[in-house]
Amino acid sequence: MKRLVYMDHAATTPTSTEVLNEMLPYFTEKFGNPSSVYSIGRETKSAIEKAREQVAKVLNADTNEIFFTGGGSEADNWALKGVAMANAGKGKHIITTSIEHHAILHVCEYLEKNGYKVTYLPVDKDGLISIDELKNAVTDETILVSVMFANNEIGTIQNIAEIGKLCREKKVYFHTDAVQAVGNVPIDVKEMNIDLLSLSAHKFYGPKGVGALYIRKGVKIQQLIHGGGQEKSRRAGTENVPGIIGLGKAIEIACLDIQGHAERLIKLRNKLIEGLIEKIPHTRLNGHFEKRLPGNVNVCFEFIEGESLLLLLDEMGICASSGSACSSGSLDPSHVLLAIGLSHEIAHGSLRLSLGEATTDEDIDYILDVLPKIVERLRNMSPLYEEYLKKGGAVNV
Amino acid sequence: MYSDKVMDHFMNPRNVGEIENADGVGTVGNAKCGDIMKIYLKVEDDVIKDAKFKTFGCGAAVASSSMATELIIGKTLDDAWNISNKAVIEALEGLPPVKVHCSVLAEDAIHEAINDYRVKKGLEPIHVEHKDLHGCEEE
Repeated sequence: MKRLVYMDHAATTPTSTEVLNEMLPYFTEKFGNPSSVYSIGRETKSAIEKAREQVAKVLNADTNEIFFTGGGSEADNWALKGVAMANAGKGKHIITTSIEHHAILHVCEYLEKNGYKVTYLPVDKDGLISIDELKNAVTDETILVSVMFANNEIGTIQNIAEIGKLCREKKVYFHTDAVQAVGNVPIDVKEMNIDLLSLSAHKFYGPKGVGALYIRKGVKIQQLIHGGGQEKSRRAGTENVPGIIGLGKAIEIACLDIQGHAERLIKLRNKLIEGLIEKIPHTRLNGHFEKRLPGNVNVCFEFIEGESLLLLLDEMGICASSGSACSSGSLDPSHVLLAIGLSHEIAHGSLRLSLGEATTDEDIDYILDVLPKIVERLRNMSPLYEEYLKKGGAVNV
Repeated sequence: MYSDKVMDHFMNPRNVGEIENADGVGTVGNAKCGDIMKIYLKVEDDVIKDAKFKTFGCGAAVASSSMATELIIGKTLDDAWNISNKAVIEALEGLPPVKVHCSVLAEDAIHEAINDYRVKKGLEPIHVEHKDLHGCEEE
């Protein structure tokens, strides 16, 4: 049987058996509509409230501050559009960063077309924003700052508590897209002065198509989905009951020993990073060395292109991701890699390996055995590498 | 996403390498766009006796280069000149629309290599308008 090494946990994770078992009865015997008055409806309603408590507990929020959504993108859309619309009277300026997920960037573009002004903060070579630049960007018109907790590509973790403190001082709402962070790093919305936070279940071994938005009590926000009175009339639509139950269970499990989980992954991650840099010349680590997600490895291999790399890795049973243009169907490489200052040429050769629960030491050894050979094979086919060798090896990473 | 033929030519590319003292060499593309294709020709009596390539690019770019070299080996220069990107796509049993530019690169690389041969032989290069399907600005 072909070996399978799944190294794309940042894209999605498998729903854990424990989570699935918790969800299953809600498809069949416990199928009542939570809005119904009879007992099987009340039962599902109460299960949803239990999931809300599970989420609230992990974030140190109140249960009435958690609202379930159809995923992370919906939560991001709701946060930005909802705050923008509800606070237009105060101002129409939003601050975000140049390395956000498209669920934020595309909403910002939409808002710009509708009369809002958006400031996109640059990041340094490690992917961090400057607190001073953020401070200077805030005006009397600013209503919202949206900075992602951890970047989905390069794994850099922002100084969220500092950003939250500044926003609170400036009396500006602070939203964070924490889709990659939840379940991987501890989060305390009160301590970090977070007003709104997006999360998605399938990033921490829950089901796909369900997420949540934390909305601090008192935040002025309009609803995104209109219809019935679900979610305290703030997010209409019959609840995805099994999904919500799964989300609640998954977040509870993920945060049970978050420190231990992180320590195990960091050990494996560092072994992989060090091994790749040692075994493959002209390899560059992207993202901050320490302030990064425990399971994130993002590197660029000079002279080669990412999609070819992914196809050859797949042939060896390794599932990974690339910020290369070709892998996304666009012709421009990842906006994140360009934002940290990489040239197009280098950014095309990027590879993201994201570790997870099932990743073992043997998996890392296997990758460290296979990947150098694949890179060598592609470099031997690359006219850029040929040129480099003919020039006597002038590296330009 | 890719046909079996594309995957076969990607996994087992034909004619990879360079030809020492090649009679014609064509390099097209741009590292900024993520694709560079270089084709080497060995020509005898106006017939392409051998062709090799080196490519920096995606799976479709590698497969297009491999197929293009297969198509031109044994052809006269005139016949090779007329091999279009559509012929490369057909031989590969299709390419996703977003990857069509890779086959255009292959056609352009053949033209560049043949023109390089012509110039080396003291002939006028054939004027050709490259189709800009890359959507990526040249540096």
